[in-house]
Amino acid sequence: MIVIIDYQSSGNPNSIRNMLKHIGLDSTISNKAGDIEKSDKLILPGIGAFDSGMKNLRESGLIALLNLKVMEEKTSILGICLGMQLFTKESEEGNSSGLGWIDAKTVRFNFSETSDRKYRIPHMGWNSAMLKQDNPLYSNMIEPRFYFAHSYHISGINSENIVTTSLYGYEFVSSFVKDNIIGVQFHPEKSHKYGMALLKNFVECY
Amino acid sequence: MLKARVIPSLMLKGNRLVKTIKYNSDIYVGDPLNAIRIFNEKAVDELIILDILASAECKRPPIKLIREIAGECFMPLCYGGGIRSIEDINEILSAGVEKVAINTYAVEDPRFIMKAAEVFGSQSIVISLDVRMNNKGKYEVFTQRGKKPTGLAAADFALLAQEMGAGEIILNSIDRDGTLQGYDIDLIKSVSSAVSIPVIASGGAGELTHLVEAITCGGASAVAVGSMFVLHGKHRAVLISYPSPQELGDMSI
Repeated sequence: MIVIIDYQSSGNPNSIRNMLKHIGLDSTISNKAGDIEKSDKLILPGIGAFDSGMKNLRESGLIALLNLKVMEEKTSILGICLGMQLFTKESEEGNSSGLGWIDAKTVRFNFSETSDRKYRIPHMGWNSAMLKQDNPLYSNMIEPRFYFAHSYHISGINSENIVTTSLYGYEFVSSFVKDNIIGVQFHPEKSHKYGMALLKNFVECY
Repeated sequence: MLKARVIPSLMLKGNRLVKTIKYNSDIYVGDPLNAIRIFNEKAVDELIILDILASAECKRPPIKLIREIAGECFMPLCYGGGIRSIEDINEILSAGVEKVAINTYAVEDPRFIMKAAEVFGSQSIVISLDVRMNNKGKYEVFTQRGKKPTGLAAADFALLAQEMGAGEIILNSIDRDGTLQGYDIDLIKSVSSAVSIPVIASGGAGELTHLVEAITCGGASAVAVGSMFVLHGKHRAVLISYPSPQELGDMSI
């Protein structure tokens, strides 16, 4: 069972469920421990600020269970946008520590060196994902591009885990895979055919 | 080069989608969720939905319907109609919408644009302007769904909106709405040359060459298209369509 984790910072998880349904996959939006225990695929969405995301996740009472599922049982999990950032150890956006599942942190776009004023924050709109290695997540996609809406991105992740980068002022990591932990900075649920292909590949290959 | 966006623009009246001609005589187009599903199939990059009843009658945005639409919409969505408070915007964005278009209230209180941009960021705040040529031959901004003249010149107000932090302008020509005659290129030029933020041309598209004109001659960054994508033939039968990437590529859009 695919479970989309429902917590205060999920945004509108219906668009993820509807896209999965559209490609023939059943999923449940849930914050119940019982559903998450039974899941074989997890999706962690997220919009808003890092600290409130962690706070809401903590208040959902699911963190210990998620640690068990992801780190011990190796259940595949896909983090989307803030959901992915919560996998890191910490963020420049706040003081809370993150889930710490990957050795990386979340940083704000910093254009001071390029000092090019045309790069506004947040980075919002369609952008290309450039493949850094072959990965089944991107199979059957030609020139993949996705919809982004974010002011922060991850940094410091081991380069062998980087699957795609994107260019906005400089190159940043737009998706990574570390064993069963998959993160995408963009919104597959708002990236029509590319998003559908990516979600299908996640469910089929991880 | 950045691709110009070609954005279907749909009008909501209650739970129904309609298409107007010069802001009057609306034609029933269908169920909004059904139309969105069709545009999903066609892999449209962005969508605009304007609630014309909320605008005209100063009603609150229909949050429940907006949430349903956003949940079915596999592409970024801009909603406009009836927005008069920070709380309205908050509810709409939380419902899964990426951008809001503010029209009447932005003209009544331009400082609201600044407040909204401060809270939500310029990228989610779009100003929608309804413009008609007045009897002095000037492009004038109208509010309340084209009913109320404001005395404001379109280019002047667009510049003010930009200064207040608007991220984008939807520029609607009331006179060209639903006519399929082509965009008002002079209007687009007058506004796009006054501001540096993207201008989305709207009103009048009837064929692909019109889209090209709005971009290359008018200086629009994007084109909104209504009738041409929802109606078909001289009897204006409802038929939802969208050009293929190849058709757009052939026109260098």
